[in-house]
Amino acid sequence: MALQVTRFSAWNVLKNGFIGQSGWSRQWRDPEPKSKYDIVIVGGGLHGLATAYYLAKNFNLKNIAVVEKGWIGGGNAGRNTTIVRSNYMLKGNREFYEHSLKLWENLSHDLNYNVMFSQRSHITLYHTPSALDSAARRYNIMRQTGSDAEIWSRSKLEKKIPHLNYAKNARFPIYGSLVQKRAGTARHDAVAWGYARAADKLGVDIIQKCEVTAIDRKGQKINSLQTNRGKISAKKIALAVAGNTSRLWHLANLGNLPIESHKLQAFVTEPLKPLLDQVVVFGVGGAHFYISQSDKGGLVFGGDIDWYKSYAQRGNLPIVQDVAESAISLMPCLGRVKLLRHWSGIVDMSMDGSFFMCKTPIDNLYLNAGWNYGGFKASPASGWYFADLIANDRPSEIIKNHDLERFKRGHYIDESGAGPDTKLHG
Amino acid sequence: MIQIECPFCGKRDQSEFSYGREGQITFPALNADENSWYDAVFLRKNTYGRQIETWQHTHGCRSWLLVERDTVTHKIFSVKLAHTDWQEQIKKTT
Repeated sequence: MALQVTRFSAWNVLKNGFIGQSGWSRQWRDPEPKSKYDIVIVGGGLHGLATAYYLAKNFNLKNIAVVEKGWIGGGNAGRNTTIVRSNYMLKGNREFYEHSLKLWENLSHDLNYNVMFSQRSHITLYHTPSALDSAARRYNIMRQTGSDAEIWSRSKLEKKIPHLNYAKNARFPIYGSLVQKRAGTARHDAVAWGYARAADKLGVDIIQKCEVTAIDRKGQKINSLQTNRGKISAKKIALAVAGNTSRLWHLANLGNLPIESHKLQAFVTEPLKPLLDQVVVFGVGGAHFYISQSDKGGLVFGGDIDWYKSYAQRGNLPIVQDVAESAISLMPCLGRVKLLRHWSGIVDMSMDGSFFMCKTPIDNLYLNAGWNYGGFKASPASGWYFADLIANDRPSEIIKNHDLERFKRGHYIDESGAGPDTKLHG
Repeated sequence: MIQIECPFCGKRDQSEFSYGREGQITFPALNADENSWYDAVFLRKNTYGRQIETWQHTHGCRSWLLVERDTVTHKIFSVKLAHTDWQEQIKKTT
């Protein structure tokens, strides 16, 4: 049954001001799962929802379902630090993340949902001339491939971001920074809700509280999925369950993957008056720290993964301490600020720090996994290229090397050059 | 915080240790075929639940340990030395 969703517009906002906000409908349906679909996407996170949306929008496909074991916005969609950037260098990643940033730039209009994308600049700090030179190479490659990048000197930084620690006797004095001005942040919940609402409007069934419990595989084909809400069969099945990819992979009896599940923590402080206008990244001497200020005023920040494999969606104390140390080193003014919440999400850490988007040994199964730290910013392009892969049954040129077999070919897509140890790809 | 009972040093905080990898992984012979090296270096079982894994007591006795731990609850069931022949190895070198 079609649901009449009220469109967001200046007129509707004004009108509802006069009628006590009574003119708004619910945002998407809550359908019972059908027994048969053309395409079932497992995982109702940002990537799964975006995939469903672009399958319907770009390829005019109908009869699609997204099944989600929890609720929309309850997994990693609600557990990230909302940073959007495209400062990747290697072929494949470069084009992919740049396309994602371009989709972000028009996403609110495209979805008719304000995702509050704020291009407030992404600043990576450097502490020695050689580190800055080395990073300038990456940013030159970005400039030559259709993106924006700048170098800011220490004196420019002092003017633009006055609250950083510019002390000459700091353990790692700030030397300069690289800047991507089109990068920034977005409202993570709004992205999940916006994609869900837009996909639903194009006929996609979004089925929450629906966990896949078994996979009925016959040779090279998957016939159906057993779920806690009944059996669902599908012509094509797509996995977008980063964090839990290995669990479903084992359900389909497909062996091992070049992925380990790790947990990544994030933190938010009590709300403050405007203090920090940009996203700032600090990474030197073993520290890894990124911080921005949300529209509500809370400082949102994070650091490294917890360094050991885990499926527990809760963080541990050593990282809380590490992150707090970084926060104080970088912005000593935060010393008296109270931490409001901290949480953790499970990420697929891959063997080279890059994602997987590919066909699988099963003819009608498609894989979207291995997002490491970078899942949030990637979600629009992830949906875009994954939909293309599913609809056309072949990867586009951009993602053709993001397959599971790349390690066998020696084709690592390792931006940091850290080697085959999942926990080092932070 | 996770605490690990090191057979040499006793119960210590997890921050003294570093996680290694899944315990079932053994490296093949140097002249083994590429596929067995690929399996050992790149592929992971990534168990949801109880698994055996290696940890090193990096900031302690530096022993490598085999730890049986639940990856969902973080409960530890057993800890033992990974190199059971360490006494013989020491005799050989001294």
